[in-house]
Amino acid sequence: MSLAEAVGHGVVVPRRHRGALGRQLRSELRLVFGRRRNLILLGALAAIPLAIGLAVKVSPPGGPGDGGGPQFLDRITGNGLFLVLTALLVTLNLFLPVVVGIIGADSVAGEAQAGTLRYLLGVPVRRGRLLLVKAVGIATYALAAVSTIAIVAAIAGVSLFGAGSFTLLGGQTVSPGEGLLRVLGVLIYVWLSLFGLLAVGLLISTLTEVPMGAMAGTLGFAVLSLVLDSIPQLHAIHGALVSHYWRTFGTLIRVGPDYGSLARHLLLQLAYVGIAGGLAWARFSDADVTS
Amino acid sequence: MTTLVEGEAEDTAIPRSAPVIATTGLTKRFRSGQVAVDHIDLTVERGAVYGFLGPNGSGKTTTIRMLLGLIRPTDGAVSLLGDPVPGNEAHALAKVGALVEGPAFHPYLSGWANLRRLDRMDETADPATHEERLSNALARVGLTAAANKKFRQYSLGMKQRLGIAAALLQPRELLVLDEPTNGLDPQGTREVRHLIRELSDDGLTVFVSSHLLAEVEQICTHVGIMSVGKLVTQGTLDDLRRGGTTIVTVTTPATELARKTFATLGLADAAVSGDEVHASLGSIEPEAVTVALVNAGVPVRGLAVSKPALEDLFVEITGEGFDVAR
Repeated sequence: MSLAEAVGHGVVVPRRHRGALGRQLRSELRLVFGRRRNLILLGALAAIPLAIGLAVKVSPPGGPGDGGGPQFLDRITGNGLFLVLTALLVTLNLFLPVVVGIIGADSVAGEAQAGTLRYLLGVPVRRGRLLLVKAVGIATYALAAVSTIAIVAAIAGVSLFGAGSFTLLGGQTVSPGEGLLRVLGVLIYVWLSLFGLLAVGLLISTLTEVPMGAMAGTLGFAVLSLVLDSIPQLHAIHGALVSHYWRTFGTLIRVGPDYGSLARHLLLQLAYVGIAGGLAWARFSDADVTS
Repeated sequence: MTTLVEGEAEDTAIPRSAPVIATTGLTKRFRSGQVAVDHIDLTVERGAVYGFLGPNGSGKTTTIRMLLGLIRPTDGAVSLLGDPVPGNEAHALAKVGALVEGPAFHPYLSGWANLRRLDRMDETADPATHEERLSNALARVGLTAAANKKFRQYSLGMKQRLGIAAALLQPRELLVLDEPTNGLDPQGTREVRHLIRELSDDGLTVFVSSHLLAEVEQICTHVGIMSVGKLVTQGTLDDLRRGGTTIVTVTTPATELARKTFATLGLADAAVSGDEVHASLGSIEPEAVTVALVNAGVPVRGLAVSKPALEDLFVEITGEGFDVAR
């Protein structure tokens, strides 16, 4: 190869090429999903519904109204799809926030620690664009995490307990197709429920060069929210806590879903995305990158 | 594809003669209160190989980070290829390849995958020539055989080369290389010097920092010397050397006679060591020294005129040894 071809005569006129955002997003997803650690993490999440399903198979609960264990647990033996709801409920309080924390920590703090952040900015990738790409990366991984749990739970549940007709909360029975559709709705809703925490994770990630610290900070934020939500005296602020509506997805499998509460929750998540995302941008667009 | 225009660039409003890098009063004071860079006025002309020299800790890397928009100046301004930084660095940086404070890549990805990552994130990279450009960049630094090895398994020298390959993924106008020979063996150092010369011959401006003066002075046309956050001098290497002391050394058995001859000629600091006599040449021509020695009957075995090394210049300018300056 001749040098002159590659380099010209010292004058370069760069031009943007179409589809750049698509290439950047694919590159980010490849980075996130190409990392073995992240795939192992998905495998670990897949083990949770399997464990619940096998435990219920070995020792079935007493039937509807038994009262013990997480919500929906007593319905799994009637329709395996309920394993999806139980698994999501169980993972939402701890495992899914951990996942958001880990991937969020990788996003900016991880690149800063590895030193790759300065090279990305030198490419150059504009800082706002980089945050957007990182946010999409975390959100996509969160979707993969929720889907992994749901799909493994659905397969395990149906093969262990069968599908049959789907009995809604409230007693009405609907077709397996509608049941599946409602469970799919729950999956999407749980995913969207994580967006507020996701934005907070991204913000914390821009504040440090230590991914471990970013992870702990994000998880701490989620735990704090859950703890505050459990203190009745703090009722006044409950509605503003990122985790307050996390467990409301059950309404999607009621006879008449409470769309008002669903909408309030999604608006709350949107507000978190706006505020935390805005702060992340304000911080990152002006930050000194010294790593 | 990125168009290469010879002669005139349609998007550059600035004349070709404008400096590639120009800073005015550039200052960085860290939150700790430490002034890492103290009102420096850098000027790097197009086509130059500019050696940005100074001991470790003299503010070179902080300056480079400001040039590239990674950190904000506390005071002063940067113009990079005519664009203000911060402000329009995205426009300028597309024409700049940079190696900053050592190579940094994802350890669990191969060299190829790491370059692919950077190229895919580049809005100005043509996807149609992606693979070709990656292969070429790896070939330029001799890493073709190690393309699929994980970065973590690379030696220090290979890592450094991958960093240079990343800077060469796209056509550039300016290369900023921060300590590019760090961790390289003598052979690797020679290769990097050779590469810089080649790129310079192609019309690129090269801004190369180093704390090893002797290593860089062989390839630089211009030099700027940093000491404790200040740019103590800058200019062409020739001008700088002219300001320094040129030493003339004569090898002879008649050292005392030679020393007297030097003194008669008016050469300063004449001194004897072994069978050599040396003195500052000053403004006297070397041939005049030769004639005077022969006329005085000094048996000359050898005569050498040595231009001052950058290291000596540094000591002259700052009044301190290079290695101890902090």
